[in-house]
Amino acid sequence: MNVIKEVVRVGIADMNIVKHPATIRTSGLGSCVGVVLYDEAKKVAGLLHVMLPDSSLSNTDNLNVAKFADTGVAALIELLKAEGVRPMSLKAKIAGGAQMFQFGSSDTVRIGPRNVEAVKAELERNGIRLLAEDTGGSSGRTIEFDPATSLLSIRTVNQGTRDI
Amino acid sequence: MSSESPITDMHLDVLKEIGNIGAAHAATSMSRLLDRKIDMHVPNVELVSFDDMFELAGGAEKLVAGIFLRIEGDLSGSMFFVLPIESANHFIQRLIGDNTFDFSKPPLAEIGISAMQELGNILSGSYLSALSDFTGLKIYPTVPSLSVDMVGAIVSFGLIEVSHYSDEVIVIDTQISEESSDGHSSIDGHFFLLPDPSSYLTIFRSLGVL
Repeated sequence: MNVIKEVVRVGIADMNIVKHPATIRTSGLGSCVGVVLYDEAKKVAGLLHVMLPDSSLSNTDNLNVAKFADTGVAALIELLKAEGVRPMSLKAKIAGGAQMFQFGSSDTVRIGPRNVEAVKAELERNGIRLLAEDTGGSSGRTIEFDPATSLLSIRTVNQGTRDI
Repeated sequence: MSSESPITDMHLDVLKEIGNIGAAHAATSMSRLLDRKIDMHVPNVELVSFDDMFELAGGAEKLVAGIFLRIEGDLSGSMFFVLPIESANHFIQRLIGDNTFDFSKPPLAEIGISAMQELGNILSGSYLSALSDFTGLKIYPTVPSLSVDMVGAIVSFGLIEVSHYSDEVIVIDTQISEESSDGHSSIDGHFFLLPDPSSYLTIFRSLGVL
């Protein structure tokens, strides 16, 4: 019998968590960064789709924490804690941060690399080890994480799918 | 008016008119280029979430040829011309007279990429000059840039500016298509104009609805 696995989808500037046997996925990452935090033993994982490096860039009172690297990583850790995951058992894998176009204001052009740097700084601040990454370049990525295997599957338009 | 102020139906109608005028000129240019009749649909103006914006362009993962440019001047914002990959292939094949050209099979022939970039230049140029004439606003577009990739990866780049202010964006969406003899449209593209929130006021004022 074929069992259809549930796939939890995460939109842009959004986050969610998932437990084995479900998987979690976000589509069409460009300059955005997909951050997966997971507990290998508990087979629980969270995915965050970061759009901007720092919440100080926000010009609104109505802050969406999942949009920024700094507030997003912290909020995802809280979500996982609520599921009984200990922060010290968390590991990370990240993908994205591409430079899709080569022009615009210099801040915007470099938004991908800046997102990646900000995510890494935030992981380090929280003492979370980054085990694998597929970042930079100029291609969009769709990613899916399976908490059962701790593998992050990355699909690009021209290079097919690979796992990290 | 700040980006938080309510946008009324009248505001949306004004933006629709912008989509109408811009895309009508672009459709005419495209029509001349191809020597075919190109239809323009009634513009759709909406305040949408970023995820819904991707849906308008076919879904975050859909493979498209996207022309992107930034607008500066009296008015700032992002503009996209998005063609599903089949439409882009169809168009470029006809333009360069090579029916093996395929954007989804790199490496791509330079002439096909140039033709696509030129298409972006011509169409965005006619859209924006019509917009400038209509509103009296000075509009300086950057050189259009081409990317063949997933909708989410391409379009999110144009949402970066807006995302500093909001999780929603006003999109002026105008679809153009070509009806072929069998009733299927062989070319089917979208213009998306995304004014920066700081420019909403400028647009409405220039058209006397404030």
